[in-house]
Amino acid sequence: MSPEADTRHVLERFQEWRQRIDKRRAGLYIGLAVLAFVYLLPFEAGIMTALKSQSGYLTSSPLAPPLDSFTLGPWTEAWSALSGSFMNSLGFAVPAAILSAVLGSIAAHGLTNIDWKYQNLLFLLFVAGIFLPYQSVLVPLTRFWNAVDLHAILANLGPINVWTLPYMRDHYATILELIFTHTAYGIPIATLLFRSFYQELSTEMVEAARIDGATPTSVYTNIILPLSKPIFIVVFIYQFTSIWNGLLISLIVAGVGPAAPITVEVNKLAIAGEIPTYNTMMAGAFITAIPTLLIYIFFGDRFAQGVRGYG
Amino acid sequence: MIRSIHFWLLPMLIVFLAVYGTIGWNFIISLTDFQGITLPAYEVSNFDLEMYTQLIEDSTFWRALRNTVILMVLFPLACLSVGIFLAIIVDQKIRFENTFRIIYLLPFSLSFVVTAKFWLWMYNPEIGVINSILGYFGLDFLALNWLAPEYRLWAVMIALVWQFSGYAMIIYLAGLRRIPTTQYEAAKSDGANSLTVYLRIIIPQLRASTVSAAIVLIVFTLKAFDFLYAMFRSFPGPTADILATMMYREAFESANWAYGATIAMVLFLLALVIVVPYLYTEYRRGAL
Repeated sequence: MSPEADTRHVLERFQEWRQRIDKRRAGLYIGLAVLAFVYLLPFEAGIMTALKSQSGYLTSSPLAPPLDSFTLGPWTEAWSALSGSFMNSLGFAVPAAILSAVLGSIAAHGLTNIDWKYQNLLFLLFVAGIFLPYQSVLVPLTRFWNAVDLHAILANLGPINVWTLPYMRDHYATILELIFTHTAYGIPIATLLFRSFYQELSTEMVEAARIDGATPTSVYTNIILPLSKPIFIVVFIYQFTSIWNGLLISLIVAGVGPAAPITVEVNKLAIAGEIPTYNTMMAGAFITAIPTLLIYIFFGDRFAQGVRGYG
Repeated sequence: MIRSIHFWLLPMLIVFLAVYGTIGWNFIISLTDFQGITLPAYEVSNFDLEMYTQLIEDSTFWRALRNTVILMVLFPLACLSVGIFLAIIVDQKIRFENTFRIIYLLPFSLSFVVTAKFWLWMYNPEIGVINSILGYFGLDFLALNWLAPEYRLWAVMIALVWQFSGYAMIIYLAGLRRIPTTQYEAAKSDGANSLTVYLRIIIPQLRASTVSAAIVLIVFTLKAFDFLYAMFRSFPGPTADILATMMYREAFESANWAYGATIAMVLFLLALVIVVPYLYTEYRRGAL
């Protein structure tokens, strides 16, 4: 190819390229990028600050990477303040998410194939529970857990006092209270998510099985349950995220004692008006966010699916 | 015979006791004078509306109610506007669509508590993120004390829009994808520009998405306690105090249990006013 033809070729390619991205397109991408910057800004500033020493974040721009002030100190400090409550939160969020998903699944199955006039109405009453402002149950909830002493009940339940067993701690009773409470208030949304999934399942198979005389129980175990794996993941992710992230109910049930969840403990690192050490506070915020961020990064689609089902 | 009863009976009992039974119990407590460490006395002869009359005369209540209503109206509006804008620009057959979507939804995976911590750092008046950036561009006159009482409610709202606009985007995107593309094309071949297409043809069809997202966002506002508590503990000051924080203070810090239960009833009624018409129309439409 002659040099002349080569130049012409390149120019043609350039013209083509310019036509493809017209000005509006470029503006669109600039807009998208600026917005992405704004949405990521608090994360970026947070990570940078959590990697700086105190003198480092006091003297450098919050967005600047830590150069000579790099330290992991804030992370170890925050972790030592939060590790116990991190375990507490795991200890109730995982079982409560599983339990509410299981109960939601069986309730949804029972409410999907209508064989009773008021079944839809009953489902409506389940769904209304999703929109409950927790404030309206807090005082009775405190009264309830005051009256029902789970610790004493479990101590007297079997032939031996469970609290004297090795590895048992007294505050596990409070963790159990958290599991029961979060399970109960998680059932409505779990039922809603399962039910919309079950409604979309092919009814043909279910109908055929029913005509063959299958009971609701055998339909559930033989047909519905094996198909439910994807929705179980969606519901588990949704429930785990909201239980882990929640503050109010956990604060009321567990308080600031040894069973305190991480969303309560992290507040000890700083609030407005006090003089916080921002590097430790940001590290603590990230530690609190890690489980849900990991879920979001690895199961983003499932997370979005649960979110959409809510509306 | 109801053949499915053994499926829903146990979950139903739990939900009914935990939700409806407990609200009933809360209402009964609001009729008593229960406070302090003594046990409540549930004597029908002593039930009265004293706490409610006390509430009506309490100026703290009216301020908290005002702030709650402002938040309930403006926050969902702002969130939906940002959300629909995000959904439209993400829906332009762009490259890296997934990446942008993930970024905009990322804050929604966070806890209210974590968002509060992030924004404490954003809003710090001396060395915080926003004021540093403004200073960098020589815009120091814009660098306000964001958490000062007069801006506090707005500061809260901005942080919450950051967290929840991605949620609105997801709902709107699902709505946009349900609209057949032939409609865009038909409108465009008529010579309408894209803004007109969106305003006249697309957005009206997103009514269902708007309603369901708005309901969820309003309910989130009623739960915004977590955020305010993580930022200011239980007293965000009169300019940002909401019913949820006031209720917590009265019941759990001052041990005015009956009074707290009364504020809780008002919150419950607020939720009812919004949710019942929504659920009723959904139910009538057969959407449930």
